Amino acid sequence: MQTQFSAAQLADSQTRESEKILRSCVHCGFCTATCPTYLLEGDERDSPRGRIYLIKDMLENDKPASKEVVTHIDRCLSCLSCMTTCPSGVNYMHLVDHARSHIEKTYRRPWHDRLLRRVLAAILPYPSRFRAALTLGRLGRPLAPLLGRVPGGDRLKAMVSLVPVGGLPRVGAEPAQQGSCTRRVAILGGCAQKVLDPEINAATRRVLARLGVGVVPVPDEGCCGALVHHMGQEDKALVFARRNIDAWWPLIEDGLEAIIITASGCGTTIKDYGFMLREDPAYREKAARVSALARDITEYLDGLDLPEGRGDTLVVAYHSACSMQHGQQIRDEPKRLLQRAGYAVRDVPEGHICCGSAGTYNILQPGFASRLRDRKVANIERTKPDVIATGNIGCMTQIGSGTDIPIVHTIALIDWAMGGPVPNGLERIAP
Amino acid sequence: MTHIQFPIPDMTITDRREEIIAALAGVVPEECLIVATDQMRAFETDALTAYRRMPLAVVLPRSTEEVSAVMACCHAAGVNVVPRGAGTSLAGGAIPQEDAVVIGVSKLNRVLDFDRKSRTITVETGITNVAVSAAVAPEGFFYAPDPSSQLACTIGGNIGMNSGGAHCLKYGVTSNNVLGVKVVLNDGTIIDLGGDAMDVPGLNLLGLLIGSEGQLGIVTEATLRIIPTAEGARPVLFGFDSSEEAGACVAAIIAAGIVPVAMEFMDRPAIEICEAFAKAGYPLDVEAMLIIEVEGSDAEVDASLARIIAIAEAHGVRVIKQSRSALETAQIWKGRKSAFGATGRVADYICMDGTIPTGQLPFVLKRLGEIVAGYGLRVANVFHAGDGNLHPLILFDANDPEDQARAEAAGNDILKLCVEVGGCLTGEHGVGIEKRDLMGFQFTKADLDQQLRVRAAFDPDWRLNPAKVFPLEGRLI
Repeated sequence: MQTQFSAAQLADSQTRESEKILRSCVHCGFCTATCPTYLLEGDERDSPRGRIYLIKDMLENDKPASKEVVTHIDRCLSCLSCMTTCPSGVNYMHLVDHARSHIEKTYRRPWHDRLLRRVLAAILPYPSRFRAALTLGRLGRPLAPLLGRVPGGDRLKAMVSLVPVGGLPRVGAEPAQQGSCTRRVAILGGCAQKVLDPEINAATRRVLARLGVGVVPVPDEGCCGALVHHMGQEDKALVFARRNIDAWWPLIEDGLEAIIITASGCGTTIKDYGFMLREDPAYREKAARVSALARDITEYLDGLDLPEGRGDTLVVAYHSACSMQHGQQIRDEPKRLLQRAGYAVRDVPEGHICCGSAGTYNILQPGFASRLRDRKVANIERTKPDVIATGNIGCMTQIGSGTDIPIVHTIALIDWAMGGPVPNGLERIAP
Repeated sequence: MTHIQFPIPDMTITDRREEIIAALAGVVPEECLIVATDQMRAFETDALTAYRRMPLAVVLPRSTEEVSAVMACCHAAGVNVVPRGAGTSLAGGAIPQEDAVVIGVSKLNRVLDFDRKSRTITVETGITNVAVSAAVAPEGFFYAPDPSSQLACTIGGNIGMNSGGAHCLKYGVTSNNVLGVKVVLNDGTIIDLGGDAMDVPGLNLLGLLIGSEGQLGIVTEATLRIIPTAEGARPVLFGFDSSEEAGACVAAIIAAGIVPVAMEFMDRPAIEICEAFAKAGYPLDVEAMLIIEVEGSDAEVDASLARIIAIAEAHGVRVIKQSRSALETAQIWKGRKSAFGATGRVADYICMDGTIPTGQLPFVLKRLGEIVAGYGLRVANVFHAGDGNLHPLILFDANDPEDQARAEAAGNDILKLCVEVGGCLTGEHGVGIEKRDLMGFQFTKADLDQQLRVRAAFDPDWRLNPAKVFPLEGRLI
């Protein structure tokens, strides 16, 4: 596609990158067909092609983001389904990231929107604050009906409704490391998942221990930065990224084999650290190395020799998170592992469409998010599963809020098949 | 420099913009009416992005009745209308104008009825082509026309352009697969054309409407034939050392009276581009490749392929590769169907669409290469060889105006070549604005005048998609 950037504009590295992306788009429109918001609205402005075009206009003309453009960019889930579909290889992810940071710099949101975003950015990435907020949220549940009356109240209501009922799940015992291991990996502790379901990483450690893979503790790591990154707060995201790189670097120099990630949303971002820090001479190479070592747990296990499962007949609907299938292009590995572990795996119809979770999307865009959740749940229920498996905590919370079918992390099922405890929520259906 | 002219916008209309928008706001809800410049930007072009015009307003109605109300409103205000489906036209069929209201059918995407016994499906026309097949697939049916953009393009656009696709060699183009339509005329009148059966009494206005490029009305509903899926289908890939050999092989298969489901051609640049995207196992050391698909029972498929392979061997085929699984077949077609978009990875392109008698393939391929080289440009060829529908992709740099002018000139020469050898200007993409000024090359004045009279019977004031199809000079109004 033709572009009209001046030499001065192209001196900026981010603009240069976006120009390259825009030049590769041929405006064929294939992406519209697999975009969740276009499916719902039938409106080009809510499609990737439409957004690309709105972004192009904004960047080419150095325009501050307008309310209208912000509306349509905000509605984008960053599910990246368009990137899987695009035959021209348009890197929509980097383009929309640029647009989001441009919006953050040039657009003043209404006060309640600013406040909510500030609160989310100040709480979610920090486990202790998030834990406290969940307690408050549970206390605040009875107030939910009143929230509809304040500006932006629909979002507060959505937020409260996502708070898990009945406290946080228990964590199973963890085996001591068996002797010294030749293979050593780190597991991203991260932020929100650690609070919502610490059992996910516990199960991961148990599985790895059985396979003789050593897990190195990393005390100083934390949130990957994805949460603020998707809100356009690029500088904050980079602070998180650098902190994690610093935490992992000594271990990497010491021969760390992989950085294991159990939340695919984080995986997509960590695999992009190399790009995010490309202009930082002190971190450029380290970031690229970290990205190269990042592995989703299923991606890592797929390369190992796992024991055959005991042949349970539990029917598992595998929900592929967008950050898994589109962001990281990991499609078959999780299903292969589940099958090998003995589960009957079902694909979900329309599996390429987002469930509406998308980081903080289900809080910031509750209307679209709940329509997508209902559509997803209906498709999942059509496969009549005993349990839903997925590899992203966000999807677990989102889908879980719309169905009675238990939803667990893929690794919890693998762990169970290898002799681990019954995953939380499956006690009733365990054979 | 872009060479295609648009009519000068009518200032008496653009001056009344506020008033017209107010009238439109009276017939559709706010969320269906788009008037801010920032937002209309997304509708200023289609897949022929070299040409862009901002519309007066964009309306996305949600029902036939709303389309009718908007059309009546535009008619009363004397405003031009540009219909739009998914905006995937490569001929500029959906490009708006400053004095025209875009009416998009993309919100009309429901399946209204599926009649299994009569093997028909009735849909709203904003539904995508592939969604129609998906809706009937569980029952063992499919909708046959399959343009490469089928993932995104709408049935409305398919009807407007009489779209074909790889599989139309056996099953025909859109006009062979539409039984009836609901049309909103320019004054808002709603009429039904055709019916549920293969023929209806009276004039065949359905045949007239299909391929009329949004100049006779806006189709909002369509009843389509659906076809039982074959027991099996298998493509074979043939690699040749020259395009001429591949062309001769196609001509020989047609001459032998064999009708495969699809017979697709790609030359070396196209093979490289598509293989890089789809990883379909295309041979990379050949000058030309054919994808030939046959269907039926295993025995039928084996027998047909044996005959086809024998002909290919007589024409110097060097690589023969049969698909071994459904996954391989899907990858082979994904590569072919993504050819245009995947070309975007290497350069900007304009995609030509002309048709020639299949016997002329070897000559035209050779001449076409010479034409493009004469302009100092490169070409990648992908096309529906079985019915002689060429899609040369002329590669250029869209940020270089002179390069673009050369590409367009080369494109015009290729289309003229198609007409010279007894073919025509368009196969399935329609005329749009792209080929409008070449119509005089294809038709005599008497031919064109008669088409204009028919058009005028539906839209005497030239309100519907006015900049398209017919040369701006010599229009009978």
